[in-house]
Amino acid sequence: MSANELPVTDGAAAEPLRRSIHGDGPGGADHAGEGVWGRAWRTLRKNPVAIAGFVIVAVFVLVALFAPLLAPYGPNELPGRALVRPTMIPGPSAEYPLGLDRYGGDVLSKLIWGARASLLVGVLSTLFGLAGGMALGLLAGWFGKWVDFGAMRLVDLMLSVPSLLLAVSIAAIAGQSSMSVIVAIGVVQIPIFARLLRGSMLAQRGQDYVLAASALGLSRRSVTMSHVLPNSVGPVIVQATLTLATAVIEAAALSFLGLGGGEPSTAEWGRMLTAAQQELAVAPRLAILPGICIAVTALGFTLVGESLREALDPRNRTRR
Amino acid sequence: MTEIADNKTPDGPVDAPVDAPVESPADAPADAQADAAAEDVVLRVENLAVDFRTENGPARAVSNANLTVRRGQTVAIVGESGSGKTTLAMAVLGLLASNGSVAEGHIWFKDEDLGHVSAQRMAQLRGTELGLVPQDPMTNLDPIMRIGQQIDEGLIDNGLRSRRDARARTVELLDEVGLPDAARRAGQYPHEFSGGMRQRALIAMGLAGRPALLVADEPTSALDVTVQRGILDQLAGLTQELGTAVLLITHDLGLAAERADIVVVMYHGEIVEQGPARQVLTAPKHDYTKRLMAAAPSLASRRIEIARERGLEDVLDDALLAPGEEAAAGTVAESDALVQVKDVSKVFTIRGSGLLSRSKDFTAVDGVSLDIPRGSTVAVVGESGSGKSTLARMILDIEKPTRGTITFDGGLVGAGGHKDQIAYRRRVQPVFQDPYSSLDPLYSVFRAIEEPLRAHDYGDAAARRARVEELAEQVALSKGQLQRFPAELSGGQRQRVAIARALALSPELVVCDEAVSALDVVVQAQILQLLAGLQDELGLTYLFITHDLAVVRQIADRVLVMQQGRVVEEGTVDTVFDSPATDYTRTLLDAIPGKDLELAL
Amino acid sequence: MLRLIVQRLLLLIPLLLGLSVLLFAWVRALPGGPATALLGERATPEAVARINTLYGFDQPVHVQYFKYLGRLLQGDFGVSTRTGRPVLDEFLTRFPATIELTIVALIIAIGIGIPLGYIAARRAGSFIDHSSVVVSLIGVTVPVFFLAFILKYVFAVELGWFPSTGRQDPTMIATHPTNFYVLDGLLTGEWDAAWDALVHLILPGIALGTIPLAIVARMTRAAVSEVQNADYVRTARAKGIRASRLRGEHILRNSMLPVLTTIGLQVGLLLSGAVLTETVFAFSGIGSFLAEAVFNADYPVMQGFVLMIAIVYALVNLFVDVSYGLIDPRLRRQQ
Repeated sequence: MSANELPVTDGAAAEPLRRSIHGDGPGGADHAGEGVWGRAWRTLRKNPVAIAGFVIVAVFVLVALFAPLLAPYGPNELPGRALVRPTMIPGPSAEYPLGLDRYGGDVLSKLIWGARASLLVGVLSTLFGLAGGMALGLLAGWFGKWVDFGAMRLVDLMLSVPSLLLAVSIAAIAGQSSMSVIVAIGVVQIPIFARLLRGSMLAQRGQDYVLAASALGLSRRSVTMSHVLPNSVGPVIVQATLTLATAVIEAAALSFLGLGGGEPSTAEWGRMLTAAQQELAVAPRLAILPGICIAVTALGFTLVGESLREALDPRNRTRR
Repeated sequence: MTEIADNKTPDGPVDAPVDAPVESPADAPADAQADAAAEDVVLRVENLAVDFRTENGPARAVSNANLTVRRGQTVAIVGESGSGKTTLAMAVLGLLASNGSVAEGHIWFKDEDLGHVSAQRMAQLRGTELGLVPQDPMTNLDPIMRIGQQIDEGLIDNGLRSRRDARARTVELLDEVGLPDAARRAGQYPHEFSGGMRQRALIAMGLAGRPALLVADEPTSALDVTVQRGILDQLAGLTQELGTAVLLITHDLGLAAERADIVVVMYHGEIVEQGPARQVLTAPKHDYTKRLMAAAPSLASRRIEIARERGLEDVLDDALLAPGEEAAAGTVAESDALVQVKDVSKVFTIRGSGLLSRSKDFTAVDGVSLDIPRGSTVAVVGESGSGKSTLARMILDIEKPTRGTITFDGGLVGAGGHKDQIAYRRRVQPVFQDPYSSLDPLYSVFRAIEEPLRAHDYGDAAARRARVEELAEQVALSKGQLQRFPAELSGGQRQRVAIARALALSPELVVCDEAVSALDVVVQAQILQLLAGLQDELGLTYLFITHDLAVVRQIADRVLVMQQGRVVEEGTVDTVFDSPATDYTRTLLDAIPGKDLELAL
Repeated sequence: MLRLIVQRLLLLIPLLLGLSVLLFAWVRALPGGPATALLGERATPEAVARINTLYGFDQPVHVQYFKYLGRLLQGDFGVSTRTGRPVLDEFLTRFPATIELTIVALIIAIGIGIPLGYIAARRAGSFIDHSSVVVSLIGVTVPVFFLAFILKYVFAVELGWFPSTGRQDPTMIATHPTNFYVLDGLLTGEWDAAWDALVHLILPGIALGTIPLAIVARMTRAAVSEVQNADYVRTARAKGIRASRLRGEHILRNSMLPVLTTIGLQVGLLLSGAVLTETVFAFSGIGSFLAEAVFNADYPVMQGFVLMIAIVYALVNLFVDVSYGLIDPRLRRQQ
């Protein structure tokens, strides 16, 4: 008897119905041969929330990249210095569309340059945290036993101090500079990524396909690198996207506490917000505008991150 | 009985369009059948259709369903997963998921249409007139509420007992379902109960209001076979005593045959056949039922099956009997054993949960010995926790034995270095139980099958491609399916991929750990046939780990029965099945649903 | 239960030791060296030399660490370089203010977050559901101190409904036996003082409570959505029990398990947020004092406060774990 003669039904005919009801069946024929990431991307493209997030992020990135072309004045220029009085800060005008600040800087220009500063802090600190956290998580997930124990106690230790306080403490050592803000925020993110990756790896390690791969004679390294890790990074990437939002907010908070270094008139959203505190009654826009910029940017990253999480969630596999 | 059941599905081919709308009773359900039996009708489902709202518009899960349940009768709805059997039952209870609704037809319960009564009325009926025994005892009890309280609250809210008297009644109910020491047990939480005890508590709960109709949704499918039988007996005894009508939902034909008066077969949301149990099972009319019957793991041994396939049904000739008898003698020549397990034990150390608690030793496998003759199939059966999977893992060299030795083709397993281990991996391959987790979701079918070839440096890309295609053909996967990802395949297809992957390196031994347990019966039969065919073709040796004795009889030559880490019985399939030596094996065999039916056939 | 508490308390010891090592190393890593860090940047060389001998900064590192640990165990967290008072005293006088503020923030977060999340889950797709999504987005995207600015500008500066700064009207004559101003007013019968203290807590409380509110609402929504589809809830419905019992005893109680853990974790967020919120509202708790310490490079205060805040945070989470055990019988037995 040859296997080829078998009728291949496998209950496949029942699939369309099963899929539509329980949402756990195979993908449609028109998308055959599509991997997990491909499907996630297709889901994202059809999700208005994700699109909104992408648009916000794209605008933010473009503004940051093309700041020199877009901003009427340079980041440190104070074109309206002569116009500012202690009692009066000129509001929006033809020349300065969003008005001037206390130092005589053009608010629009500073917001545009501020995008660049915020993006830099957000991306670099997240990369820092991601790299550190992945390394620590991988170390723990790879060696297990006492390495894992040690790494996780270190993580516990870092998480035992509320995040802002930890960032402040680190920034205090690292000195007054924007680099120290990046390092401080980055370090604070390490335990989150480490824990996430380790947990994810442990969960994958228990799966039969990992066992099957080891039984095929693959080395521990290949099993980890080609099966465990690729299947574990999903949640980490989602977290990284969401962390971009928190990093922008935390950077502003550190500036607010005076830890960013540089002049108080620096074109940076957190710094602008801090400086505006004194003029709250005179010129509330000085606080509101940078505050909105921070919130909208954070919103963009959050929307992208949340829809990515949803798209990668196996429970929502067939949503499209 | 036959006539009564047939009045809903008239003679003739059942897969012809059901001619129900003709006499659709608009208001009074009793006008059509004025005979005395009509008073006995507890539930009558008429032309029922159930829709689910989905993102792609409404999806019909059940269409045009007609069935009748009478007082004291047990009606079984049989079908594979996704056939709509559970949906139908939940529609009767008004417990459809929030996106589901009755689209057409009627559910007459006594003189009310449950498809169209108010939610309040429905809630009133549940717990008094309608009861449910759900499927999975592990998830159906509130984990943070005491068992007793979970039964009390139903009694109190349905006005059956006062707050003060409820507990006494609860204890009575628990006692009734055979829960020992019921008064104390009532004060415990679900996690302090075993699966079987939980299921008993759920039965007590379902029957607490003395319902006229009890829906039992796969009431024992999550339990070990020996436990299953006791619970089903209890359920049958109680419902008979109380005259409760039972709507039994099951995927297990044997179970339906054994427990039901009427069997209703569902497929793709439609009822394709119904009638008295014996009639449906002995003379199935619809194609699907026939297929289901053919696929059901029968107790006919493998040799008879092979004989049937080769058209030698009438003669069991010497050629066929010879290998069996050789095995029966129990004298496998030493040289002929591919695998020899000698006195192997595995002890796990369980770390204490707290800082102050000590760690404990747990012996999963205890002094087990077995031989696997080359080219044969040896099955290891046992319930969960019997140590059978641990044994398999030691033979796969994934776990190391604490004591004892395992030799493969004369060489000691796990003794050599890394190179020896890699070489061993080429010769021994596993197929795991769950086709949903045994394939990497990020790997296409092609890549999954190719992976072992790459890992062992098999030829160049073209050679590997050719080999993958050859393997795909062997397991009856089409070329188009090679591009797909696991999420795009059905369970059976995935298991074919797993088998192809296991065969890629032309191993000598394949270890199947519950390889067909997660599949629907029809698919299960196909995979078993595939495995048998491949064995003939490639001269493979199989070690089959399973809890399902029926599967064993279908595929194995020899069988070992394990209980609590020890082998309690060993022999050829025929000896063990026909004259079991130990009580435990006998219990296991007795617990197979549908055994009586098989014998009757 | 008692065993669980003791066990968790024992686990605190290695954590605190680890933290003391880190903080010890932190002081040594500060720019200018430990002596300067402790004395402030304007310290004279003689003072530095004196501190070096007094604290043994010229001795081997491990000796220094054990000396530091010894001082900690005696309750000596050093002296603020700015006020000249012991760090522990500064902490204890200001901590009641922060506790008051945190409690108000938690009441807002839990009191609104849980009902909002619950209704959102029960009526998926409704107006409330959509609003809960918006609230949780605001919560995670708006910086605390920006929210504080806005609240202060709109409700204190423009509308004048609430006081803009402080814990109590400075002209108010009030006695403070406990330093919990609201409680003090109630104890001494100075009702107007209690009321005034409470009014001062409203705006900072809202600012501080919004993020936890968003997170609690979101967590509740997720938990309730999951629990209401659980098998045991369907089974409970099949028993025909009253809807109120189904909601209260089964859905809500089971949903609260993950929410409780979340609330414990929010306390860390609240202590971080207090630094910013208290600063904006010039509310003299440990947060604003810590912010000033950061501005003025008052390292002994930073060191001591971080350690004490970590202890408080750990104790709160221990409390949450224990109450988790009270709800979930599975944990009770496991221990």
